[in-house]
Amino acid sequence: MHIVVCIKQVPDSAQIRVHPVTNTIMRQGVPTIINPYDLFALEEALRLRGAHGGEVTVLTMGPPMAEDALRKALTYGADRAVLLTDRCFAGSDTLATSFALSRAIVRIGETFGAPDIVFAGKQTIDGDTAQVGPGIAKRLGLLQFTYVAKIASIDLDAREITVKRRSEGGMQMLKSRLPCLITMLEGTNEIRRGSLDDALRAARSQIVKWSAAEAGIEDLTKCGLRGSPTVVKRVFAPTTRAEKATQIDMTDKTQHGVADELIAAIFTRQPALEHELAFDGGQ
Amino acid sequence: MIEEEFDAIVVGAGMSGNAAAYTMARQGLTVLQLERGEYPGSKNVQGAIMYADMLEQIIPDFRNDAPLERHLVEQRFWLMDDTSHTGMQYRSDDFNEAKPNRYTIIRAQFDKWFSRKVREAGATVLCETTVTDLVRNAKGKVIGVRTDRAGGPIYADVVVLAEGVNGLLGTRAGLRKMLKPQSVALAVKEMHFLPDEVIEQRFGLQGDEGCVIEAAGTISRSMAGLAFLYTNKESISLGIGCLVSDFAKTMESPYVLLDAFKNHPSIRPLIAGSEVKEYSAHLIPEGGYKAIPQLFGDGWVAVGDAAQLNNAIHREGSNLAMTSGRIAGEAIIEIKGRNQPMIRRNLALYKTMLDKSFVVKDLRKYKDMPALIHTNSRNFFMTYPQLMSQAAQNFMRVDGTPKIEKEKATTAAFIKARSRWGLISDVVRLALAWR
Repeated sequence: MHIVVCIKQVPDSAQIRVHPVTNTIMRQGVPTIINPYDLFALEEALRLRGAHGGEVTVLTMGPPMAEDALRKALTYGADRAVLLTDRCFAGSDTLATSFALSRAIVRIGETFGAPDIVFAGKQTIDGDTAQVGPGIAKRLGLLQFTYVAKIASIDLDAREITVKRRSEGGMQMLKSRLPCLITMLEGTNEIRRGSLDDALRAARSQIVKWSAAEAGIEDLTKCGLRGSPTVVKRVFAPTTRAEKATQIDMTDKTQHGVADELIAAIFTRQPALEHELAFDGGQ
Repeated sequence: MIEEEFDAIVVGAGMSGNAAAYTMARQGLTVLQLERGEYPGSKNVQGAIMYADMLEQIIPDFRNDAPLERHLVEQRFWLMDDTSHTGMQYRSDDFNEAKPNRYTIIRAQFDKWFSRKVREAGATVLCETTVTDLVRNAKGKVIGVRTDRAGGPIYADVVVLAEGVNGLLGTRAGLRKMLKPQSVALAVKEMHFLPDEVIEQRFGLQGDEGCVIEAAGTISRSMAGLAFLYTNKESISLGIGCLVSDFAKTMESPYVLLDAFKNHPSIRPLIAGSEVKEYSAHLIPEGGYKAIPQLFGDGWVAVGDAAQLNNAIHREGSNLAMTSGRIAGEAIIEIKGRNQPMIRRNLALYKTMLDKSFVVKDLRKYKDMPALIHTNSRNFFMTYPQLMSQAAQNFMRVDGTPKIEKEKATTAAFIKARSRWGLISDVVRLALAWR
């Protein structure tokens, strides 16, 4: 089976800095990483390949330096990497990005075989929208499972897949046809360490690079800044505030005693809250 | 099982490893370079000043695209006591030349660039791959390495140990001894972000001009140590290092020294308003000529910090690393060209070539210096800086005391602190060690 995994190269948020004067994010010199959520998707794809055979293609859209992220994905064991890179993609929001990626996935299908599953991470750590995965599914007419915790089973002959999905208030077991799009939840697996063979292969692989035209994208009005209705009004650093913590002595208290004291402490600080909760019938 | 065999495996992607890998790959040797860090430079720590001449001999047109911070036009040497510094300062417009001699660099960025050059030259570079063992044949010749990744070993005619100061691999393989605390310094460093215009204003710089301060004195609390402050484009690197054996003796903490240095009245205004971007620590070989270990053997050579090649007096390390890496690469190319095996007898060529270079000549010149400075650290790093400072203040302060009495007081202070014979012997021994 053929699995396509969409990944994104993001600035390492642990090392990002805000310019003290202009308040803008200083991207220069900030190390980049594969969006951590995407690694759960990649690992799941590699596991499925291990169990059912086939190939894993990683796909990203970004500047030429995004090649680093793809090469890293190859080091983990992916078979092939495609970089969608073109100046006309600059400034893409989630709408334009999902459009471009969906076209690239069609082209990947034509070139390397139609994908059975398209994977994406739950969301990215820089945009945090969780919109691109569903956007791709919509455009490709794929059934989609978001926030998947586990792939329970795949029946390639019957073209069926069963997944466990986190939803509000519980877990759902869902069954559907292939092909489909899955966004993986974090913590569902742990990315493997590629073998020496994988590492050597990754270091020497040619990464497939497609421009918009090569990916079969004709309508450039849907790409980049032109295809992005999102407007960033303002970027600001939240003002830090310091509030003194109150210590509550817990020694020699029962659970109920602690809870009572905690609630009393909150109500002392927030008298309005006590009032509201009482009227809502809260106990 | 990796079928392929390489001409050379280079362990480490710092200055020496990159120089060796680049030199060999450019001459068509098949080179595999293994780096444990996430990317080349991610684990490499240096001040850092880069010396152009040594890099020019490897990549002549490096200025076209290497990430350089500032070229240095000014050098300040400071002797510090707790409230003052007595300084010597050299600044010259001659350093604003077409091909400047010294640059500040940020290793994380510089090493990435250097590694790209290595890959462009044809070497295969694997990161996040730690070499765990050397593989030897029945005769004991090193024939390859094992790594912490599944699969392998990987074989090569020769292994270049460019693994850095700790030399864990070489030590484990019995090729060198553990570092001695008295021949290695521990340095801690911080990078402080400041807008470029602020840096230029505080240090009187224009454009890419840079300034360096190197300081010794009571800041090292009588230990043998040195502090530094380097200007980058949009940041200031500053740090302090002392001998590990001195740290062990005094039980001082490196970060306490660094905090004190940052709060020194001469330093504080220079970094005021800055934001700490990163902090790091590094061991620096300080043993000099007498601490150089065995540099070659059957199937292996050692370069850079792994070979303890560091000139502590002139605070040069990376250029010795680059040069030793290049020379090792050239020696291996030469032996390969003669179709000779990479055995001890042939690899001795590396040592012969290195002995003729500035690397060993400089270290030999100062062979007695480490012992002198390290055993008399209290005099050199506490007593003299304080005396200098007192003398300078005595000279500057106008308070109605007759000049003759001031001079007498200064002389008396020196003699009281070190005695006539002590002073003479320090001067003579310093001069001899310098010679």
